[in-house]
Amino acid sequence: MAKILMKGNEAIGEGAVRAGCRYFFGYPITPQSELPHYLAKRLPEVGGLYLQAESEVASINMVFGAAGAGARVMTSSSGPGISLMQEGISYLAGAELPCVIVNMIRGGPGLGNIAPAQSDYFQATRGGGHGDYRVLVLAPASVQEIIDLMKDAFDLADKYRNPVMLIGDGVLGQMMEPVELDEEVKPVVLPEKSWAATGRMGRDKKNLINSLYIVPENCEAHNLELARKYGTMAEKEQRWEDYHTEGAELVLVAFGTAARVCKAVVDMFREEGRPVGLLRPITLWPFPAKRVAALAGTARHFLTVEMSMGQMVEDVRLAVNGRRPVYFYGRAGGMIPVARDVYREAGKILTGGADS
Amino acid sequence: MFEAILIAGFGGQGVLSTGQLLAQAGMEEGRHVAWIPSYGPEMRGGTANCGVTISSRPISSPVVSEPTVLIAMNRPSLEKFEHSVVQGGIIFVNSSLIDIRAGRKDVRVFYVPANELAEELGSGKVANNVILGALIELTGVVTPGAVEKSLREVLPPHHHKMIPLNLKALEVGAGLVRGDGPAAAGAG
Amino acid sequence: MKKVFTRPKSLKDMPFHYCPGCTHGIVHRLVAEVIDEMGIFDRTIAVAPVGCSVFCYDYFDCDAYQASHGRAPAVATGIKRVLPDRVVFTYQGDGDLAAIGTGEIVHAAARGEKFTVIFINNAIYAMTGGQMAPTTLLGQVTTTTPYGRNREINGCPVRMSEMLAVLDGSAYIARVSVHDPANVARAKRAVRKAFEVQMAGLGFTMVEVLSSCPTNWGLSPLKALKWLEENMIPYYPLGEYKVSGDTTPLFRHDSGADGGLSKNDPAEVG
Ligand SMILES: Cc1ncc(C[n+]2csc(CCOP(=O)(O)OP(=O)(O)O)c2C)c(N)n1
Ligand code: SF4
Ligand SMILES: [Mg+2]
Repeated sequence: MAKILMKGNEAIGEGAVRAGCRYFFGYPITPQSELPHYLAKRLPEVGGLYLQAESEVASINMVFGAAGAGARVMTSSSGPGISLMQEGISYLAGAELPCVIVNMIRGGPGLGNIAPAQSDYFQATRGGGHGDYRVLVLAPASVQEIIDLMKDAFDLADKYRNPVMLIGDGVLGQMMEPVELDEEVKPVVLPEKSWAATGRMGRDKKNLINSLYIVPENCEAHNLELARKYGTMAEKEQRWEDYHTEGAELVLVAFGTAARVCKAVVDMFREEGRPVGLLRPITLWPFPAKRVAALAGTARHFLTVEMSMGQMVEDVRLAVNGRRPVYFYGRAGGMIPVARDVYREAGKILTGGADS
Repeated sequence: MFEAILIAGFGGQGVLSTGQLLAQAGMEEGRHVAWIPSYGPEMRGGTANCGVTISSRPISSPVVSEPTVLIAMNRPSLEKFEHSVVQGGIIFVNSSLIDIRAGRKDVRVFYVPANELAEELGSGKVANNVILGALIELTGVVTPGAVEKSLREVLPPHHHKMIPLNLKALEVGAGLVRGDGPAAAGAG
Repeated sequence: MKKVFTRPKSLKDMPFHYCPGCTHGIVHRLVAEVIDEMGIFDRTIAVAPVGCSVFCYDYFDCDAYQASHGRAPAVATGIKRVLPDRVVFTYQGDGDLAAIGTGEIVHAAARGEKFTVIFINNAIYAMTGGQMAPTTLLGQVTTTTPYGRNREINGCPVRMSEMLAVLDGSAYIARVSVHDPANVARAKRAVRKAFEVQMAGLGFTMVEVLSSCPTNWGLSPLKALKWLEENMIPYYPLGEYKVSGDTTPLFRHDSGADGGLSKNDPAEVG
């Protein structure tokens, strides 16, 4: 194992290469550009292909083709480009194709700016495209976790034959942190994909990559089948990190960069001996509702902290289900919460002076 | 220990790589480190800066909005960031390129003619390292040994012949702070 | 003393954010001068792209829109259909116009939409950090073609003026450059012609301007202009590719330009 300094965006690329991904289709956008720059160099070194598409609409459909052909494939963008991909993501989900989509979220709506944000939470977790579908969403909070989760992202995509989205923001993408990496790239054994449409090549059954079910009864059956799959994902794949939640009277809930800030806030309270903890969702969909519900039995209040005007807070409220007050603190438009401000908000709640 | 260091200057002054060198040295010493550059359209204006956090504890936000140390390599950087330094913090002013004084009275300010000292050593390219040497001597944020090791990591092999010059620059900077160097840093 | 260099009225009095030596500023000035000289400032509407020139919505003092990446021709279509007596222009980069917005530009031209496109071809995605553009030359190193643009992987650069000139809806298409004063003067005349053809209601108009990006090309401003002249012009010949109405040719026959002639409406090109 070597310990090296790596940029978050580059770690996504190296993580993908080590997960056996050999195909990247994408279109430039800030703040994720270091990822395509990295893969444009790196993929040819391992016999892979980096292809710059003419748009995100094209990128996601190139992913559709490559995933249907059985490859481990990914794309990456930020808000405006991810919005353009929504039609394609819906088709990928409908045709049950595995792939990884990275969204390094920036300030919105519209052209917004290129500063870090978390305001694409709804888009990611509710399915920004049309139809009844779900995408598994992973939210790393450090460069090391990016590397680790990239491998999981591809494995989960294959396991469920479903798109997986990894979301970060400009801070995670631009920052350098130490990461532990194996000295060599180990070969990855990819799962058999007997459903891939690769040309029959002697196969006795035809394979079809499709999301059209023209007969309503059939389309409903397809939706029921998908819903069963999403049910399994929701049951089995919830992930989170507990940070001093045991005995916490106030539980902060935050992911990604906002969670890093909240850890510092928890430390400030714990040093004063005050019972504050942090629940950090690692999967945003499925949201770790189980854990939040359990904590609602012990904690007295929740404070959701986001780099948006309040999106995940709705999932926290659903999971708490009215048993405890759920407060919200957020910064938007590319601003990052400052530990001191969150500390002050949390302090008000602890002493009973805040409105939920 | 906790230091949040903001290094700012023109694009091309090497502030980003100086920050990386510092972060790498912190990592060599087993500290938690994070490095983050400024990014975005302001790059067009030709300024560049990066934040380096070195800490004995995990780092929350890597964005350095309240530096404990500011290294200002040019005048716009001093003007822009002086106010953000924490009380009791440190400002290094590259007095080769900055002809004004810092206004803050509640921080320690060191004026280092970094470009001139670097030229005397044989290359203006090591100006940043003169200041880095002063910073290390003053704060002990990393050891000179860790910086030496890190130079080997961050510099591409064909530049390794530059390492002795870089080390000399660090030593000159350290000497300024100790007061036994060629020219003591004007503190004010 | 005669003032030779004043700010056109159509440009706001504020500093550009462009890098030193960037030709976006020159082209802004040309467009603004034409608007001033034609006296159409009050009824001109600008549509800004997403690219380095996105802030042109601020620089041009006329009413303006900021379109999503590549969609300026669709936005301009909506504006012009509602306000047919206004003068509408889009200002777009090569990534904006020739990659993500190819569908919009082709169909605006095919429909003969009566607005003007100022197309800045700098062979790079400048704003996002120097990635390959559809117009990047073969062999050109960019941040996403670290080994040089390769025909096998990336295909060949796209010549938009030639492509759009063959559509029946286009009325005026010219490719100009701003690498020296003579060409700057000619570029201005092309912009004026395009606006005139738009106002005569003859159809779609576009002026492609070969431009430099010293920052992402990694060259000094002067070397960048030289690189443009020596590398871009041979691949992107200057000339008028489509001319409608009664106008004097922009290029003389000996100008060295050998722009393609569109079959249905032969233009005066050298
Ligand atoms: C949907 C979408 N995808 C990507 C981007 C990121 N983006 C901003 S500008 C740009 C390209 C700019 O290149 P060009 O159009 O050639 O203009 P230039 O900066 O070179 O003048 C891109 C890809 C975006 N804003 N929206
Ligand atoms: S990056 Fe290039 S196109 Fe953009 S402002 Fe600078 S020189 Fe001009
Ligand atoms: Mg361009």
